[in-house]
Formats: sequence, C-alpha cells, structure tokens
Amino acid sequence: MFRTVTLLAFAALTFVSCERRSDIEIANEEKILIIGNSSEPKGLDPHLVSGVLESNIIRALFEGLCVEDPAKNSSSLPGVAQKWTPNEDFTEWIFELNPQAKWSDGAQVTARDFVFSYKRLLSPDPNWPAEYSEMLYFLKNGEAYNRSYFGHILCGNDPDFPLPWDTLQEANFKGDRTLKLENFAGKKFTDLKEIDLKKLAPYLTEGETIDLSKITAEKVDLGDLSETERRIFCNATGIDKLNKDQLQFLKTDTALVKWTDEVPEDVRQLVLDRIIGHHDSGKPNLWDKAQVGVTAVDPVTLKINLRGPVPFLPEITKHYTWYPVPEHIVLKYGEINTAFSSRWTRPGNLVSNGPFKLKEWRTNHYLEVEKNPEYWDADMVALEGIRYLPIKNYFTETRMFGDNQLHLTYTVPSELIPMAKERYSKELRQEPYVGVRFVRVNTRKEPLNNPKFRRALSLAIDQKSICEKILQGGQTPASGIVPPFGDYQAANAISFDPVKARELLAESGYSTDSKFSEIKLLTTNSESAVREAESLQAMWEQHLGINVRIEQREWTTYLQKQYDADFDLCVAGWIGDYLDPTTFLEMWITDGGNNSTGWGSKEFEGLLNKAENTADVATRMEILAEAESTFLNDTPVLPVYFYTTNYLIRPEVKNWHPLLLNNHPFKFVRIEKP
Amino acid sequence: MLRIILSRLIQTVVVVFLLVTFTFFAVRAIPGNPFASDKATSPEEQAALEAYYGLDKPLIVQYGNYWKNILVDGNFGDSLAMKGRKVSTLISESFPISFQLGILSLALGMLIGIPLGIIAALFHNRWQDYLAMIIAMAGICVVAFVLGPIFQITIASPLDAFNVAGWSRSSDIVLPAITLCFGVAAYLARLTRGGMLDVLSQDYIRTARAKGVPTRDTIIKHALRPALMPAVTYLGPAFAAIITGSFVVETIFLIPGMGQYFVLGIQSKDYNLVLGLVLFYGILMGVANLLSDIALIFMDPKLRTA
Repeated sequence: MFRTVTLLAFAALTFVSCERRSDIEIANEEKILIIGNSSEPKGLDPHLVSGVLESNIIRALFEGLCVEDPAKNSSSLPGVAQKWTPNEDFTEWIFELNPQAKWSDGAQVTARDFVFSYKRLLSPDPNWPAEYSEMLYFLKNGEAYNRSYFGHILCGNDPDFPLPWDTLQEANFKGDRTLKLENFAGKKFTDLKEIDLKKLAPYLTEGETIDLSKITAEKVDLGDLSETERRIFCNATGIDKLNKDQLQFLKTDTALVKWTDEVPEDVRQLVLDRIIGHHDSGKPNLWDKAQVGVTAVDPVTLKINLRGPVPFLPEITKHYTWYPVPEHIVLKYGEINTAFSSRWTRPGNLVSNGPFKLKEWRTNHYLEVEKNPEYWDADMVALEGIRYLPIKNYFTETRMFGDNQLHLTYTVPSELIPMAKERYSKELRQEPYVGVRFVRVNTRKEPLNNPKFRRALSLAIDQKSICEKILQGGQTPASGIVPPFGDYQAANAISFDPVKARELLAESGYSTDSKFSEIKLLTTNSESAVREAESLQAMWEQHLGINVRIEQREWTTYLQKQYDADFDLCVAGWIGDYLDPTTFLEMWITDGGNNSTGWGSKEFEGLLNKAENTADVATRMEILAEAESTFLNDTPVLPVYFYTTNYLIRPEVKNWHPLLLNNHPFKFVRIEKP
Repeated sequence: MLRIILSRLIQTVVVVFLLVTFTFFAVRAIPGNPFASDKATSPEEQAALEAYYGLDKPLIVQYGNYWKNILVDGNFGDSLAMKGRKVSTLISESFPISFQLGILSLALGMLIGIPLGIIAALFHNRWQDYLAMIIAMAGICVVAFVLGPIFQITIASPLDAFNVAGWSRSSDIVLPAITLCFGVAAYLARLTRGGMLDVLSQDYIRTARAKGVPTRDTIIKHALRPALMPAVTYLGPAFAAIITGSFVVETIFLIPGMGQYFVLGIQSKDYNLVLGLVLFYGILMGVANLLSDIALIFMDPKLRTA
C-alpha cells in the first residue's frame, strides 16, 4: 500500500516536472517581457482610467503625438506626429501626422481621430465619468466646453456679441465658489460659524436673518424666496448653472446676480436670452460653438490652440489622456460617451495604434499584448509581446522574480530592500520618481489655521531619518512640494530644524499646555503607512511636545474623509503627470478638487496665472518657483519625502533606463542574452 | 426521504433570502463609498455614477429592484469597482478555478486527516496519538499566510518543477492545494479521532472483537462508518467554504479564483459583487449541507425515520 502511494506520488511529480525550463527561459526565447503589474486593471479605455498600472498597459497599446525618449527626461521622439512646430509664443502648435500611422485594423490614424478623442474626453455630459479631463484644459476653451460654461460659449465665443468677453466675464457666471450652499443645508442662521457668516455678509443687509434651509433645496423656485435669499442663491450658483425657470426669474430682476456696471441692461437680457434659448432647444451639443482648440486641418495636419503659452506641450502629449482613440471602433460599440457599458476595449474588439495590440485579458490572471504588425515603426519593436501579471502581494512578486518567473517587478516592499540589496545587487534599481509624500493640513481648524503652528509642525519632521531608517528605498527629504527635475530651481524652504520649530511654536501663541482639541493624523491602514504615521507622531511629541492621535482608515473611507475635509492632518502623496512644476502646484488653488486643505491664496493664484501667460521658459520657471515658495511660506501641507521607484529587473532586459516619470516606452525595450 | 430533501430546500431558500436581505442593508451601512478615487471626483461626477448604477434611489426601492433584476432578468448587476464587468461573469470565470483547487485540497485533506484520526484513536494515549494530534493542532494553528510563503521559499524556489506562484502550469495547483488542505486535514483528524474513540467503546465492537473478528475487519466494516459521522457533518460546510476559494492563498499564489472577491468586494464597497457572492455562497452552503445530511442518512439508518 505505502509503496504504491509513493510510486504514484513520484509518477505525478515526473509528470508535472516535464517542463523543466523556467518561465523566463521560455519567454526570452519567445521575446515576451513578463512584468509584475500590481493589480487587475480597472479598464483599458484611456479616457476612463487614472491609475499607474493601467497606464503601463495603455502605453504599450496606444501611442500619442509624441513618444517618450527611452533614456532622456523631457525629450520627445516622433510618435503619431512626425514633426511639430509651435508659433512664437507657444500658443498654437501644428502637428504633422505620419501618413503611415495605422490602427491595428489597418485604418489610418488621422487628425480627425484626435479631434474625436479630445471631444470625447471633454464630454460635458454629467453621465461621463472621466476623471482626468482636466489634462485637456490646456486646450483653448477646453474647460469651458467640459464644464458647460454657457456664458462663455454662447456669448464670449461669438464675435458679433455687443460686448467683448473680457468685460462680460466679470459677471458672476461660474458662481461664488466660497459660498457652498450645501454647507448650510439644514442649518439655522444662528447655528452658523463666523467663517460662514463672513462669506454670506456681502449679500445681507445688516441685522437680517434668513431661513437657510429653503435656499439650499435642490430645485428652488426663486419666487418662494425673499430677495436676500434669491441673491445668495443666484450668486452662489452662478448664471451658467441656473435652470431655465430661475433664469426666467432673473430676467425680471437682473441685479440679483453680480454684473459689472459696464454691462447695460439690454446686454444682460441678451445673455440670459441666449442661455434660455439653449435650454429651450433641448440643450444641443455645443462642441462647434465652444471652439475648443483642436482642429483637423487635413487628415495629416492637426492644429492645437492653447489657453496660454505652453512651451512644454510635447511633454504633455505623452500622457495617455492625449492619446487618440479609434472613432470607427468606439462608435461601433456605443455612443461617443458611452462609458463602462461599451465593449470596445474588450479583447477581440479593441483596436489600438501603438506598438502592441491586445491579445488576451483574463481577470486577475494575466493580460497579454502582442506585437502590432500595422504599427508604423514595427521594425523598431524588438519584443513580440508583454505579459502583465496582476501580483497584488509584493512579497510573492519578489519571490517570483527570484524563481525566474518575472523580468521586472512592480516594486520591492521596503521590508525586503535590505535583502534585495544583498542578494540582487545587480538587479535592484532605486531611481528618483516625480512624486512627493506630504501631510495635508486642514487649515479650517484651530490651531491648524495658524501658519506658524503649521510651520512648526513641518520643521519638526526629521525627514532624513524617515527616509533612511524607515523607508530605506533611497527616498530623499522633501524640501518643498515640487520634486527636483531639470531646470526648475525649487524653493527649498523646508528642512528639519527642531530649534526653529520650537521658536515658531512659541511665536504662534500656542504651547504644549494650550487648550486645543487633540489633533488627529489620518492615514491608511497599510503597514508602511502606519509606521510612517507613528514616526511622525513620535517626532512631534519629541520636538514640540504635541500629542497627535493616529487615525487609521481603510482606503475608500480614508479618501472619503479627505474629500469631506473630515480630518486635522492627513498623510498623502501625489505623483506628477508630466514633467512640469504645475502638475504639483495647480492642485492647491482655492477649492481645487484635490486641495482639501481649505487653504487658498490670491497671491499664489496670481503667480500661477502669470506663469500661465509667460512664454519664456526660464522666466516661467522663476515665477513658478516663487509660487512654490509663497505656498510653502504658508505651509498648508508638510512635505515629507520625494519618491523613488524600487524595482528588480533582469540583466537581459535592455534599453530600460531611469526615467523620472517611470513611463518607459516599450517599443525600444529589447531582451538580449546577458 | 423526498420530504426531507424538499423541506431542506425550502429552508435554504428562506435562509438565503434573509441572508441577502441582511447583507443588502449591512453593506450600505459601512462607511466609505464605492466611487472614491485617489483623484478627486466632483459632486456632479459622484451623482452621475450613483444615478448610472441606480444608487440614487431610496434604499427600499433599490432593494426591490435588486430582487426584480435577479428574478425577472437573471441579472446580478454590474460590479461597481471593476466597472464594465458583470458580477455573474466575475463569479462564473473564477469559480471553476476555485472549485478545482478546492476539490483537490479537500481530497488531500481527507486522505491525510481521516487516516491520521483513525491511527490516533487506535493508539489512544500512546505516542502515535500524541504525534497525530500535534500535527493536527499545528494544522489548525499555522495559518495559510505563514504556510504559503514557507512552501514558496523551501519547495518552489529550489525545485525547478514548481513555480513560486501563478496559474499557468499543471504543477501550479500543488502548493496552494497543500497549503489549503492542512486546515481541513487537521479538523478531520480531530473529528475522526473523537468519533472513532466513541465507537470503539461501544458494546457491539467489543462483541465483534470477542467473537474473534480480525482488528482490521472490525475497524473497516463495523467501526468506520459510524465513526465518520462527525467528519461528514463537518465536510458539508467545509466543502462549500473551500471550493469558493481563499483570499490569502489566492493572493500569495496568484490564483485567479473567487476567494479574493469576498475581501475586495467589501474593501471597495462593491455592493453588487458582495451581494452576488453572498447569494451564491448561501445557495452553495445550503446544497452542501443537504448533501451531507443525505450522506448521514445513508450512513445511519436510525436517522431515516426522523
């Protein structure tokens, strides 16, 4: 009996071990690159994803106007476009497309495809859930179309309109962003805090009390409100967002909304009539009227008009939001803005224009792309395919690398870095990555509304010891919010200085004995995040004597709390989309979607605006550096460290060089005998 | 017999209904939001997504719609986290893989656990018994997230025949199956030992022995069947649990099974996925319990009249 079992076991082992070659040996022979890619991709529609792991796949499947240089940062190689020429002040660019550029079904990639793609991503339909449409706000009128700024589109873009838009736009079209009606929901006037009352003040006559619950209702009939309430409601909402009935009411008393005196009554009526007319005609699509700055001059000539000078436009076109999607395929499986129910990205349906095309996609198993024979530069593509494995467990990933199952890992967990340094000294790469880790401060709350107090917290963070003792991945202390790259001279305003921190704390008027409610530090529940939070907690306790309580929440709750501004301090990170300081600075404008700190500064926004209208590269960088230092002087965030990428790569993978954005162009990657 | 089966089926339907109802309201009570993303979404986008998935309606209407969609259209809804994919597709793609792995580990567990239990009982309070019970205790205590990496490091890395993780070679099933089988084997060993000890002290076994029936025949023909009854009772739910996969084993060994959805569904607040899984698992559990009850009836004639 025992003998039979043993024999059977051995027979089974012989059977399973007949394939003795490792996955890597087979893949090297077939020229397939095997990559650890963290998790199951949420989708492959370039307009509907926002993650790094999805971008790793999309970069192989699609190609934009320009392509990343495999070895140099901030350098662009021809992609779909062969040549590009800006005008003098970088506001208009002509891209000459390669007539050989083809979709994987053989159809030509034309300038029309680009126009269609940008129209799709900018779709103003509220059912269109694109998270990254802001990337196209560089286009002239892109934001106006995406956000349905009716006034701008219907009156501002019309050359025959009696008043130029420059005068007209001072009127309250977009609504008063500081006056969020939902903050007043269900509150009585007497419940309001001083801050909210201050915001309401311009609209109230002295001593007046109003019923706030009525004006926060969703579909308000203006006739039901008192005059003050109407004024608050109309100004908070803005002309663009008022519904038809409200606009009709506004026509009877245009003064309810702020206009400048230069706008005479007949022009006000004309503005309102045009918007009402648009509502009456069933809100047709406004693409043509919006005059978004993208034009197909002919099939191979694309003209891009920008909202201001953008000398680094080729850099931006390498981001997947600027890639073309195939009009003929998207429309075959749905409407222009059919989102998740469209099946155009499923295997068998997906048509792409990059060096690779989709071969197979199995949920949580693997996704494989194969060489695209229709690709215009197919001779250059050395790989026959790429296999992406959704390895969520990074310890498993490192072990798989050691067992010859992967060419390239997504990351190396910080716990394994000391081991990797020893065992994989040749394979381990630690490279700078444009990303920053920081602590968001809720500047609405006491004592965090005091800039000196915030700065004290910031200077008490011993960034170096977090990098070297906890992370061990080659991260560098963050001296600001913009990671170092290229010509940008960062502000370098923040560094560990416990003595100064204590001084600032004393100056702020607070001390460890002051009575303020306990400060909470929000973080996620991953092990590394908790360790990081604990070290921050210890540093503030040690250097300032301030006790901070750590609040761990799982990912989605963490995001929600941050979005709702339901936190005191919150550890967060940001990764650059393209190589320019604005990708780290623009998020901090007043009430920006990713700001969450409640901070805002006219000076800071003025500088950003000035930079946006500056064509000279060096001057522009100086202005941006000034903006950064304005931001850091107020310290609404506490910078901690700049990111690095840590990964393992096999020696036979060639042409994989350090890139700050970590967006490696797969078309140049080769597998060679080591 | 038929009456028993029928009544159990009706019970299952009632239990599954209550289970889904309770889960429906419970998952919505947990904090967080299925559409939260690390890039800020505007309130309009949030509202659009909620409207698209019907989450803007009153809870009770959503509840009604949920049952209507299932009973009328056979539609379990779309996954909220993995957008564009149907819950039914996610389950039907991943279940066969978990089933394969589960059946193998269950079989291995039985092959190890039951003999171990019998040996322990036969050598009651001797070293064989202690050894078997130490192994069983270890099987319960050493969890998969310890065992899996140990196997990866000690077996897969040095041996060419095994990959550390993945689901592409026929050998890929071996290590996860062994990892999973330990828990089952351990419980089975303890239950079989208990059952066996109980039976061996019965009068009819003593009679058989007194009549001179050889020990092997006494064990196999007379003792084994009643001794296995506790184990069979346990196997019903164990079967349902093991063939629906394990989060830990699947993430460690990179297996595209359905166990991970139980955890990811809750983490990402994917209401539809969680409900689909609860419904599927509830039905499976009901059927597995029914099967083990039927097996018990066959094993013990006394139960047939009950």
